[in-house]
Amino acid sequence: MSTGIVSRGQNTALGAALIAVAVFGALVAAALWRGAAPGAWAVTGSLAGLAGFLALWTRAGSDQRTSFLGATVIGLPYAWLLALFLVPFAIVLKISLSDVALARPPYMPQYDPAQGWAGVVDLVRELDFENFVFLTTDDLYWKAYLSSFRIAAIATACTLLIGYPIAYGMARAPKEWQATLLMLVILPFWTSFLIRVYSLMGILGNEGVLNGALIRAGLVSEPIQILNTQMAVYIGIVYTYLPFMILPIYAALEKMDESLLEAAEDLGCSRLQAFWLVTFPLSRGGIIAGCFLVFIPTMGEFVIPSLLGGAGTLMIGKVLWEEFFNNLAWPQASAVAVVLLLILIIPIVLFQRSEEKAREAGK
Amino acid sequence: MKRFSWFNATALSFGFAFLYIPMIVLVVYSFNESRLVTVWAGFSTKWYAELFRDQAFLDAAWVTLRVAFFSSTIATVLGTMAAHAIVRAGRFPGRTLFSGMIYAPLVMPEVITGLSLLLLFIGLGIDRGVLTVVLAHTTFAMCYVSVVVSSRLATFDTALEEAARDLGATPFQAFRLVTLPIIAPAVISGWLLAFTLSLDDLVIASFTTGPGATTLPIKIFSAVRLGVSPQINALSTLLIVAVSVGVITASLVTKRNAVRRAREERAADQLA
Repeated sequence: MSTGIVSRGQNTALGAALIAVAVFGALVAAALWRGAAPGAWAVTGSLAGLAGFLALWTRAGSDQRTSFLGATVIGLPYAWLLALFLVPFAIVLKISLSDVALARPPYMPQYDPAQGWAGVVDLVRELDFENFVFLTTDDLYWKAYLSSFRIAAIATACTLLIGYPIAYGMARAPKEWQATLLMLVILPFWTSFLIRVYSLMGILGNEGVLNGALIRAGLVSEPIQILNTQMAVYIGIVYTYLPFMILPIYAALEKMDESLLEAAEDLGCSRLQAFWLVTFPLSRGGIIAGCFLVFIPTMGEFVIPSLLGGAGTLMIGKVLWEEFFNNLAWPQASAVAVVLLLILIIPIVLFQRSEEKAREAGK
Repeated sequence: MKRFSWFNATALSFGFAFLYIPMIVLVVYSFNESRLVTVWAGFSTKWYAELFRDQAFLDAAWVTLRVAFFSSTIATVLGTMAAHAIVRAGRFPGRTLFSGMIYAPLVMPEVITGLSLLLLFIGLGIDRGVLTVVLAHTTFAMCYVSVVVSSRLATFDTALEEAARDLGATPFQAFRLVTLPIIAPAVISGWLLAFTLSLDDLVIASFTTGPGATTLPIKIFSAVRLGVSPQINALSTLLIVAVSVGVITASLVTKRNAVRRAREERAADQLA
């Protein structure tokens, strides 16, 4: 593949650089062509430079066997994620430091490319932490963060308590059932999240199936208010996120060697002790992965609190949505997002580490 | 096997009852004559008829299917490439950043992803519509595809690829003729996952969509905000049935292929 003047390593780098620059070039060109694009494309453009730089840098330590193809395989998804995952965060950060303006887009300052470097200096000078200060002055925000954290933590614990026995039961079920049981867990996971949240509305409402059954059974005379309370939010989270908890724990338990338990019991452990000393530690990887998979998205959950929760349910995802769509306060909404991201960055990095480790171990 | 006690049986029955009863109730009440949820007034398919007469739902369904098809297809190509890069490319500069960008969208709250993409599109001056939703969905779906495919690639014997290369195949030929057929089930399930994720997404689509590109989840959400509606029950039933049929068929096909492969391998062993 790598014939010609350039060596393999250089070829790799060149390919990656070309593709990265091409993708960003296309984006910037599209922006210029549309005419109405001050501000963000400058950020995009500068990150294009970074991508190109990174790609060229590949030359140094490359141990690729493939050349142009290898570069494309890395460069294309890399450029895509930079442009549509990382750059957007830079923009959110920038807007969170901007001021509200009565225009569209409703924030100041905007970057004027005609002014060149002086424009960048002016832009940076105009940015400030006002929106973050604002977040601390209004009770609503820190209460919403705190309440989201509490709801996410309690709901994760509940999901673990309910999910673990199910995963355990699956792993100990006869081999010929396991494929079917796994299927039964995966099926809700594939079914629409929104529809599953909605299906709970029909169960939990005052005229819902649950209250109807309770009244008919004579257990209560008045319907119990569940929908539009915090309780409904917990039920909703456990219900929708249960497969995310069961699957990694099942994967960990299924790999376990059962003779270990027999050994523990031969050595005088009771069943409970054997579970606590052998099974539980061996499933820790699955528990950790499951908890991250439930906790992190729940922190920013929007659908569940807005469909199942009531006026008393305060969650930051809902606050952000309302800031943005109802109040059109883009800088504030961006500041809310930045703080949420800062809270979640540690669990996200830990999650990524544990996934990488699991992948390495699986090799 | 002896450990499958009454405790396990109870845990499984309660667990699956909890997972399935709400959906079963929803399906049953979609055939209810009455508008009320708790009152069963006889079997009827009138809500389905009403659904198919509603042009707004049909338009939304068409937009959703187009978005899901294009985004899942692009995401499968990019996600497979990314998986290959993560598993096979060894060390390259910025690898940590790359794998971070692959895993982060899996858990990133959707409101953040949606908001940031919207601000990007506005900054770039791209008109919001089907295209922007496709771009947004591709971005998070490719991460799911790459996780699914990389787990298959990691367990795959590289000696087969090396053998193909030694026999004179170019890297692309080796990938197309050796690697791809072996990882195909993972690639297909990655595509299906990307498709259903796109079909399902409310939050990111709400942020990145524009006039004329209302997707089905957006339509459903605005309808159910006010409460349970039998028409949405009918629509949900159709979606649940479609997904169940798809997932069950896919798993049966995978199982049959696995059985066949096992048989072929046994036959090959006997010949050797």
